[in-house]
Amino acid sequence: MGAVIATGFLILAISVWITNNAILPFNIYVITPSIALQPPSFAHFLGTDDLGRDLFSRILAAAPIDAEVALSVVGSAVVFGLILGSVAGYVGGLVEEIIMRVTDVFLAFPGLVLALAIASALGPSVFNSILALTPVWWPSYTRLARGEALTVKSRQFVEASRASGQTTGHIVFKHIIPNILPVLLVYATLDIGNVILVFSVLSFIGLGAQPPLPEWGLLTSQGEQYLVSAPWYPIAPAVAILIVAIGFSLLGDGLRDVLDPRVRGLFS
Amino acid sequence: MGFVKFIIRRLLMLIPILLGVTFITYVISRVTVPNVARAWAGPRASPQALAALVARYHLDAPLYLQYFYYMRGLVTGDWGISPTTGRPVLYDLGVFFPATVELAIAAIIITIIIGIPTGILAALHQNGKIDHSIRFIYLAGFCSPPFFVGLAVLLVFGYYFNIFPTQGELSTSLAPPLKITGMYIVDSLLTGNWVDLKDSLWHIVLPASALALTYFGIVTRIMRSSMLEVFQRDFIRASFAKGLTRNAVVFKHAVRNAMIPTTTVLGLLLGALLSGTIVIEAIFIWPGIGYYAVLSIESLDFPSVMGITILFTISVILANLLADILYAVIDPRISV
Repeated sequence: MGAVIATGFLILAISVWITNNAILPFNIYVITPSIALQPPSFAHFLGTDDLGRDLFSRILAAAPIDAEVALSVVGSAVVFGLILGSVAGYVGGLVEEIIMRVTDVFLAFPGLVLALAIASALGPSVFNSILALTPVWWPSYTRLARGEALTVKSRQFVEASRASGQTTGHIVFKHIIPNILPVLLVYATLDIGNVILVFSVLSFIGLGAQPPLPEWGLLTSQGEQYLVSAPWYPIAPAVAILIVAIGFSLLGDGLRDVLDPRVRGLFS
Repeated sequence: MGFVKFIIRRLLMLIPILLGVTFITYVISRVTVPNVARAWAGPRASPQALAALVARYHLDAPLYLQYFYYMRGLVTGDWGISPTTGRPVLYDLGVFFPATVELAIAAIIITIIIGIPTGILAALHQNGKIDHSIRFIYLAGFCSPPFFVGLAVLLVFGYYFNIFPTQGELSTSLAPPLKITGMYIVDSLLTGNWVDLKDSLWHIVLPASALALTYFGIVTRIMRSSMLEVFQRDFIRASFAKGLTRNAVVFKHAVRNAMIPTTTVLGLLLGALLSGTIVIEAIFIWPGIGYYAVLSIESLDFPSVMGITILFTISVILANLLADILYAVIDPRISV
């Protein structure tokens, strides 16, 4: 179930992105005031927005934007986490102490508030949201990577490599990182839904995507004033977020069961 | 005294965290905004006003000195002036914070009221239909953006059934109670103002429930797993062996012991709730910090955003500390 939703979301995002919105039933930017705020019908599956644009098309068109943000944020978190965590785990000593103390400080921040502060300092845009969300996401990956690096470090092929006189950089990049990458990628997969949730909050508040871009949080916030007269307008994009987030959450649970039946996370 | 030492050590942890969060946001805001004084004062500000602003915040000094002056201001109680309201940021925070605290406490109470029974129920029906249904509901809560729950609750109970007021902390027709704590419910209770008490309780139901519905799964999940763990212990078997009924065992022994780990998530819960208040307050026009944050963000009012960030960071860390202390107090076997 989770895998179906997650794959569906990614396929949708890619096909909308490749065809440059041509795949959608209606043009998402053309304004037709005469059909504003129409209820759901056969022509307009989820009704129309306040400017007469097809809401269903706009919701589908948001998929590539949310996918882009989610993949960029978890992608950079994985890269930062891999490098910092494996160096900390493998080198140890003072380097580890410094990296991990900084990580602890970042982990102690309330994530959304930090993202809000950075996003409002940078100014609202999709790219700036990525910049604002990455500092919130990398610390947990660093911690995870360090733990994994510590176990890989004591394996024989690493010792052999060290005995044969390889440099630290070589060992970290050729042996440690390739061995901890799969674990981090699994966590990254289950994190995609979380990034989309927080990004939609940024957009809802006005710090993420800007009009006329379609983005789920932004669409909800634009529809909020029509909550009573046209409830489908704010509710439909919010449900889209809910579906994708549930999909990735279920996928994550499934992956974790497959990969490590002993470990049951508390909050995932 | 290990305990006092522990608290002091945790409080000291606040210093690097606050230095970190202020440093990051401060530096980013300076590097990315071309003309800080213009951005703060607004497009219509006179040259004199701009010059005053530059002098006030030392904006012509090198970046590290500006940061130093800003931090010195923070420590001495000068958190800057909000360009939006024209008042000192610290004063504004004092005005808006009580409403958020009130909302968060109400939300925690509702979360516990929903979370603990559902956790017990799920544990008693482990892997049964009830367990799965409860898991589905709280998963939906976790996975829904906070504004979805807020809007749904507002639409159904505020507009459709028209049971609860849809916005604000108190009906506009009523005068707020005499200010003691700034929290309307507490103040009206202290002054015996029953009209205001009823009205403010009525107003808090929807926003607090929206928050609770989003986050109660945190409590349900830990309650369920600690109940399951307690069920394995010998004293439960002993209680059954001495002939106690199932209900007596569950409620007298199992629940009491399972509550201990549950208290540890209260800090986590409060952190999540505080973040959630930003959106919920915006939807319900609740005059708290979250609402103030959205206003400040819309007008790119940087001194206020910094103040809010610092206040939230301190609150979340203190909440976590409080949860740890509570944990040690409830269970004397735990030494910290």
